[in-house]
Amino acid sequence: MLTYILRRVALALSVILATLVSTFLLFFAGPSDPAQAMCPETRCNPARLEQITKSLGLDKPLSQQFLEYFKGLFVGRDFTYAGDTVHCGAPCLGYSFSTRQSVNTELFTRFPNTVVLALMAAVVFVTVGVTLGIIAAIRRGTPADRGIIGSSQTFGAIPYYVLALLVALYPVVLWNILPQYAPISAGVGPYFLGMLAPALILGLYTSTSYTRYTRNSMLETLSMDYIRTARSKGIPERTVLVKHGFRAAMSPIVTILGLDIAALLTGTLITEQIFGVDGIGRRTLAAFRAQDLPVIMGSVLIGAAVVVIMNLVVDIAYSFIDPRVRLQ
Amino acid sequence: MTATANAIPTQAAEATSVGDVVLDVQDLSVAFPTEEGLVKAVSNLSYQARLGRTLAIVGESGSGKSVSSMAVLGLHNPKRTQITGSIKLDGIELVGAPQSTFQKIRSTKAAMVFQDPQSALHPFHKIGKQIAEAYLAHNKVSKAVAEKRAIEMLDLVGIPNPKRRALQFPHEFSGGMRQRAMIALGLVNNPKLLIADEPTTALDVTVQAQILDLVNDLQKEFGSAVILITHDLAVVAETADDIVVMYAGRGVEKGDAKEVLAQPSHPYTYGLLQSLPSHSEDLTELKAIQGSPPSLLNLPPGCSFHPRCDFKSQVPGDACWTELPEWRPTPGLANRQIRCHLTDPVGTLQEDEGVR
Repeated sequence: MLTYILRRVALALSVILATLVSTFLLFFAGPSDPAQAMCPETRCNPARLEQITKSLGLDKPLSQQFLEYFKGLFVGRDFTYAGDTVHCGAPCLGYSFSTRQSVNTELFTRFPNTVVLALMAAVVFVTVGVTLGIIAAIRRGTPADRGIIGSSQTFGAIPYYVLALLVALYPVVLWNILPQYAPISAGVGPYFLGMLAPALILGLYTSTSYTRYTRNSMLETLSMDYIRTARSKGIPERTVLVKHGFRAAMSPIVTILGLDIAALLTGTLITEQIFGVDGIGRRTLAAFRAQDLPVIMGSVLIGAAVVVIMNLVVDIAYSFIDPRVRLQ
Repeated sequence: MTATANAIPTQAAEATSVGDVVLDVQDLSVAFPTEEGLVKAVSNLSYQARLGRTLAIVGESGSGKSVSSMAVLGLHNPKRTQITGSIKLDGIELVGAPQSTFQKIRSTKAAMVFQDPQSALHPFHKIGKQIAEAYLAHNKVSKAVAEKRAIEMLDLVGIPNPKRRALQFPHEFSGGMRQRAMIALGLVNNPKLLIADEPTTALDVTVQAQILDLVNDLQKEFGSAVILITHDLAVVAETADDIVVMYAGRGVEKGDAKEVLAQPSHPYTYGLLQSLPSHSEDLTELKAIQGSPPSLLNLPPGCSFHPRCDFKSQVPGDACWTELPEWRPTPGLANRQIRCHLTDPVGTLQEDEGVR
């Protein structure tokens, strides 16, 4: 078990490193010029451009830039700007090109908002999706089954951004049924109430695929020989479905759930943008527009870490659900 | 599904001593409606299983062997199955019975051992718990008592170190051990009838004999009735007392197992036995029955076996094509019944064997 975890951690670190290197290279391989983006249009001249490039450290060789960034992650680094030297302690993600703020502060104050949104949505899509999927599977072929599957497919076929926009527009902005997003500084109550609309729509939309996964998985499980064996014992049908069917049906769902939560944690971009949630996805989008390399690198780092950690969590959870799975 | 006679369980005629009828199947038909039509898996099947005796149900794949015995435990989806006729288990009519009746008789009066223990045991639950669960369902005892009972059962079926084994999962057992555990599960509530559905098909040949011996020994100990579903005639010869040969959902020959194997009187039984490889003859080719089993959606008119029968020309007229043969005693043989139009089946088949 210990060697397994050590191996997985080593693997995780190499995946994160590879992600960072490729993001870095891709950024410079593209037609990117952060200095140009920052240079005021009216008073931009070559001298000024050069000065900005130099102040951002973009004049140094790529390898040196990356090594400095990497050094900052582990031991911290110093930044010199306009004669002042600022020390940035490890893990240092650098300073935003456009806002001059510490990337650590920029991202870690916003990340909790994304986490809250993602987890609230996950609660919605797991409860709604799994419940409806189980009902559809048990009532297979009945109007209940057809109703659930039909409506989930119809709902799931609408483009997400259209649905999210409609919800943001009507119940939130025009009818005021659901409160608008408020930062945590406005108080815990308004904060969570404001998260309700984005979490509900994100959760309900994602639940449509969970309904279908769960129904398929449950139907497959119920056709297994061991379900027939369970019935032949003379135990109540409910026990057959719950104790023998449900647990086995859930094991593939756990894998998808882990990866979906990881995907949401790396930024619920459309939702954050539409509902004005000040999360990591929205900040990253802004960073892409401003060609703000340190912020892009920082959010890629967080995203890679989240995906790698969730994968590990899924594998460990799996070994608890299915005794045949051994962590080696 | 039609509820014939009485849907209310009657307490009459409980089987208690060796030779008593535990299971009385009369005129049983099982059909599955599908989009292509009605699949008649079992048609007008009748047989009886008696305490202390082993009944072999023999036939090719798709002949309705398993379907008929699953009906005994009510394991077909009632919404997608049409069952008619009568199944009386220890005096209780099961055709048309509600699920609550099945729940009561499962494991206590009739239990089933399935073909592939690998897939028939739940991969996520410990062996001991799986057995204890069946005991708990029918006895008001604590979990600890039920688990102790499970360990006793594992010991009984010859699993070494049962205490430790009870805490293991099915994937930690070998194939033969898993089937032993299945048998332990089947017998935990001391049922009067054990249905073994091809219990040795998924096992190594060396393990097959052990499992059959185990079933035989346990039957002697418990005095229960055993229905052995198989297509393996060697298994029948070794273990069965009585036999029903099935073809395309119907019984075609029944009688004493050893007598039927020694002297078949139905062309299908004869064909099955002829197709067995023999040690004494130097064969280059097996004598297979020509053709293949008919589709259960569209059974041939008359005798279902006639398209494959070598002897139909010896039946006067076109009875084989037009008329379903009814059960009748085989001429010249005691204690034997067949569904066949041949006037002298024994003589005809003996003559054929002489020619070959």
